[in-house]
Amino acid sequence: MPPLSRNPIAFALIAIALLILIGSTLTIVPETRQAVIVRFGEPVRIVNRYRPDEQFGKTGAGIIARLPFAEQIVWIDKRVLSVEMERQQVLSTDQLRLQVDAFARYRIVDPLRMYISAGSEDRVSDALRPILGSALRNELGKRPFASLLSPERGQVMENIEAGLNRVARQYGAQIVDVRIKRADLPDGTPLESAFTRMRTAREQEALTIRAQGAKQAQIIRAEADANAARVYAESFGKDADFYDFYRAMQSYRYTFAPDKQGSTTMVLDRDNEFLKQFQGR
Amino acid sequence: MNRFFGWMPGFVSGMVQGPWGSKGDDPDGGDNKGGGGDGGPRNPWTQPGRNSGQKGPSAIEDLLRRGRESFGNRDGGGGGFGGLPQRPGGKTLWPIALVLVLLLWLALTCIHRVGPQERGVVTLLGKYSRTLSPGISLTLPAPLESVNTVDVEEIRTIDIGSASEESENLVLTGDQNIIDLAYSVRWNIRNPELYMFQLSDPDASVREVAESAMRSVVASISLDDALGAGRTEIEQQVELRMQEILDGYRSGIRVQGVAIKQADPPVAVNDAFKAVSAAQQTAQTYLSEARAAAQQVTAKAQGEAAAFDKVYEQYRLAPDVTRRRMYYETMEGVLANTDKTIVESGNVTPYLPLPEIRRRAATAAAPGATQAEEAR
Repeated sequence: MPPLSRNPIAFALIAIALLILIGSTLTIVPETRQAVIVRFGEPVRIVNRYRPDEQFGKTGAGIIARLPFAEQIVWIDKRVLSVEMERQQVLSTDQLRLQVDAFARYRIVDPLRMYISAGSEDRVSDALRPILGSALRNELGKRPFASLLSPERGQVMENIEAGLNRVARQYGAQIVDVRIKRADLPDGTPLESAFTRMRTAREQEALTIRAQGAKQAQIIRAEADANAARVYAESFGKDADFYDFYRAMQSYRYTFAPDKQGSTTMVLDRDNEFLKQFQGR
Repeated sequence: MNRFFGWMPGFVSGMVQGPWGSKGDDPDGGDNKGGGGDGGPRNPWTQPGRNSGQKGPSAIEDLLRRGRESFGNRDGGGGGFGGLPQRPGGKTLWPIALVLVLLLWLALTCIHRVGPQERGVVTLLGKYSRTLSPGISLTLPAPLESVNTVDVEEIRTIDIGSASEESENLVLTGDQNIIDLAYSVRWNIRNPELYMFQLSDPDASVREVAESAMRSVVASISLDDALGAGRTEIEQQVELRMQEILDGYRSGIRVQGVAIKQADPPVAVNDAFKAVSAAQQTAQTYLSEARAAAQQVTAKAQGEAAAFDKVYEQYRLAPDVTRRRMYYETMEGVLANTDKTIVESGNVTPYLPLPEIRRRAATAAAPGATQAEEAR
C-alpha cells in the first residue's frame, strides 16, 4: 500500500474516524424497539412504528442510516409493557373493604407523542399507575361487594380500561387490558369476620347434618315398626280369638317363668278351670 | 465462540508486544517463538512460514531476524504497531492472518446447530427473517444475521401458592367464602418469534395472567364446588381463560395445563370444616343404627307371625283338642314352678297368712325349683 502503510498513525486515525462515522450513521433497529429520530432536539421521523396485526419480518426493523452527529435516536419499546398498581383498598357500596392488586398492559402506539409527552417508558408507567389506582377505586366503589366477585366484574374492567385508555392516549400508549390480579379481604377485622361467618355457617351445617341424620333414623325405625304391625295383623287377624288364647299362653309362660325375679305364690280356688278334674266330676 | 476467544489472547498479545519485531531478545519474545515452533494455538502466524518450505527453528530465527531488520528500517515512531513478520518472499503475513481469522469467524457465525427441541429465530440486521428448524443451518455471518435459539418443547412450570401451612394463598369464592389454593401452570412456547418480540417479560406475564384467571374463575363458583367436585372444571376454565388472554397479547405461549394441587379451607376455619365431616359421620352412625334396629324389628315380626301361622294351621284341624292341650301344657309349666295353695270355695272365709307364705317361699325357693325340674 502506498503512503498510508508507511504512516501507521495516520492510517489508524483515519480508520478510527471511519468507524465512528459508520457507527453513528448506521444503526440496527431490532424488532422489539421503535426508534424516534431526533435532529437537534426536533423529532423528524419514526422507524419501526407499531402497527396492529403486522407480521414480523415485514416491519420497519432493520438497518437504518441517519445524519451522523446531527440526528439522535430515542429508543422506545415496541412490546407489550406492564404497569402494576400497588395494593389498593377499595370500599364497596355496602361498606365492605377489599384489597385489590391490579395490572394493566399497554403498548406504545404513537412513539412521537410518547417522546414529547413522557420521554421514557418508565414515565408512562409512572403516569398510568395512579390513574389505574383511582379508576379502579372509583369503578369498584360504585358496586356492592358481591358483584365484585361475580361475572359482572368483566364490565367493571371494561369501564376501567376505557377510562385508562383516555389518559394513555395522551402519552401515545394504548391499553391492551386491565386485570385484577388479586382481590382479597384486608387482614384484621374483615378477614376475621369472614372467617367467623364461614365457621358459623359450617357449624350450622354440622348441626343440620346431625339433625337430618337423626330424623332419617327415626323414620327408618318407624317404618320398620309399621311394617312389623302389618305383618302381625295379617297373620293374627286370621283368628282373633285363637290369637288371644295363644298370646295369653305365651304371656303366662313368660310371666311365670322360673328365671323371673321374685317367686310366685298361687292361691287356687277349687272351682278353677285347671282343677276341675280334681273333683272327679 | 469460545474457541475463537481461546485464540484471542495469543493474537492480541502478539499485536501489543510485537514479539517478532520490537522485543525479539527478551524472554517473552523467546517463549512466543517457541510456541510458534510447536504450531500451538498461541502463535498461528508462523504456520504458513513453515508450510512454505522453511524448516524448524532456523526458519523462526530467520523470521525473527528479518522482523528486527524491518523494525530497524522504520522511522522509529511506529512502536509495536508495525512489527510484523514477513513471509520468505518478503511479503507481509497480514493477509494470511486476516483470512484465517475471517474463515474462523465465518465458520463460527454461519453454521448453527439447532437441537431437536429448539427453534432458532434469525434476525437480519435486527429484522426478523426466519425461524430455523432443528438440524444444522447456515446463516449470514454475525453482524448481518444473528440467531437466538428458543426451547419450544420444554414445559415450564409456575407454582402459585404452596401446600405448606405457613403461607396461604387465600382466594375469595363466589359465595364470599375464602379458600386456600395452591396450583401450578404448565406452559411452553408455541411461537418463538412472537415469544421473543411481543411481550416485555413473558414469564412474569404468564404468572400474572394465571393468578388473574384463577381468581376470576374461583370467584364465579361456590366454596363447596371449589373444595370438591368443581376442581376439574376450574382447571379447565382457567386454562381456557389463560390461553384466551395470552392469545390476546399474541404472546406465542401455549398453556399446557393447570393443576390444582391443594384446595382447602383456610387454617383458621379448618376445625369447623372438620366438625362438619364429624357430623356427617355421626349422622351415618344414626342411620346405620336405625337400619339395624329396623332389621331386628322386622325379623322379629316375621318370625312371630310365621310361628303363629304354623300353629294356627294345626289348630284349625282340631281346634278343641289343640286348645286344651296348649292350655294344660302351659299351666303345667307355669304351676310347676310356683307355690300353690288350694282353698275350698264356699261359705268358709279362708285366712290367708300372706307373710307366712312369703317367708316360706324365700326359704324354699331353691329346693322348690329343683323339685319342679324333677316333676317335669
